[in-house]
Amino acid sequence: MPTQSNQRPETGAFFARDRAWHAPALTPEYKTSILRSPQRPLLSLDGTISEITGPVFGHSMIGELDNDLIHNYARSGESAIGERIIVHGRVLDENARPVRGALLEFWQANAGGRYRHKKETYLAAIDPNFGGCGRTITDDEGHYAFRTVKPGPYPWPNGVNDWRPAHIHFSVFGHGFAQRLITQMYFEGDPMIWKCPIVQTIPDRAAIEQLIAPLDWGQTIPMDARAFKFDIVLRGRRSTLFENRLEGN
Amino acid sequence: MVQDLHRLKETPSQTAGPYVHIGLTPNFCDIRGVYETDLGTAMVNERTLGERISLRGRIFDGGETVLRDGMVEIWQADAAGFHNSPSELRGTADPNFTGWGRCPTSGEDGIFHFDTIKPGRVPYKDGRWMAPHITLWIVARGINIGLHTRAYFSDEADANAADPLLSRIEHRARVETMIAQREGNIYTIDIHLQGPKETVFLDI
Ligand SMILES: [Fe+2]
Repeated sequence: MPTQSNQRPETGAFFARDRAWHAPALTPEYKTSILRSPQRPLLSLDGTISEITGPVFGHSMIGELDNDLIHNYARSGESAIGERIIVHGRVLDENARPVRGALLEFWQANAGGRYRHKKETYLAAIDPNFGGCGRTITDDEGHYAFRTVKPGPYPWPNGVNDWRPAHIHFSVFGHGFAQRLITQMYFEGDPMIWKCPIVQTIPDRAAIEQLIAPLDWGQTIPMDARAFKFDIVLRGRRSTLFENRLEGN
Repeated sequence: MVQDLHRLKETPSQTAGPYVHIGLTPNFCDIRGVYETDLGTAMVNERTLGERISLRGRIFDGGETVLRDGMVEIWQADAAGFHNSPSELRGTADPNFTGWGRCPTSGEDGIFHFDTIKPGRVPYKDGRWMAPHITLWIVARGINIGLHTRAYFSDEADANAADPLLSRIEHRARVETMIAQREGNIYTIDIHLQGPKETVFLDI
């Protein structure tokens, strides 16, 4: 567990989620959502101790190659095929404070757009040296980085001719279970972003743009790998100003 | 113009998609050798305090079909009602209990299953005791933003009747959607994403 002793413990409840910023549950252009979307109103609950707490993960659980998808599944001396990239950024909260010790897990298709999964039937080739998963934990300033190959776009059964833009799936743990988030990162300049029914579930263009990682020329490593920068924002906490303390606590 | 609050917007959620198991439980879907074990498979060890229980169930879509590509995570207090989290200031949680579990719903039957312990009670914000419960978070292809709900326990009728959250459910018949039914040491809770048995989901 990361040491928290030099930080004030975080005990505030989270800002209410701006549901208009996220996709609604029912988005008929993304057909699978039709039968998987709750139809009743959500029951609102200002976070209790059950949700403002959450598991923390120690840096010790992370293996040396966990943040290197080019090598973490490859045979010794070999590497995954594709455009070598670095994805890096920071995890912040809505108060713009870094989230230290955040566990990030990511998964993606290979350079040809093929996932290593038994239910995947796309005819693009499997890369024997690419597994497609990785993970890392943010440092004290909220920074993270991993190395991978740029995933390919792929077709999927939704409309007759729907394709996913190149993307990387992210799962993020902050410090409270109410912050739990899964999202997808896209790449600057990809015209397919604006054709994708899953991207278009998000109603606000500015919110979509928050998922598009710019090419980061400054962090690009000459003769090796281009860099893309992707910052992630988790829900922020209220300061516990004037909030009632529980009796006996 | 007024002063800027300097707040950022939360990163928008996107569906976990059909291949969430690759990222979160790679060993489960035969991607071996990257991680030693999948996270969240072991919540307890032989020294964990409390009553051993299992929590299991399935997730149904609006056509009563079982989801086999979803994932459930749970988070709960230990037997004494403390969370294994730095934000838990009321006491120290059992070091032999993680409080967090993760399980794919897959295979033939789509069952999720957690071996855990029955949690102790924790207080609501106003100091009243909540009935013992486990927090669930559900993601899958077709779910645009993860769904939070709770599992309460069928053998805690008195505590459930006084629970501050359950008492706020206007349509009383829906309270049952959050009660896991006990048989022996197994509690079963089925999640219904929509339809007449739709689970009460929470905006936390
Ligand atoms: Fe994908």
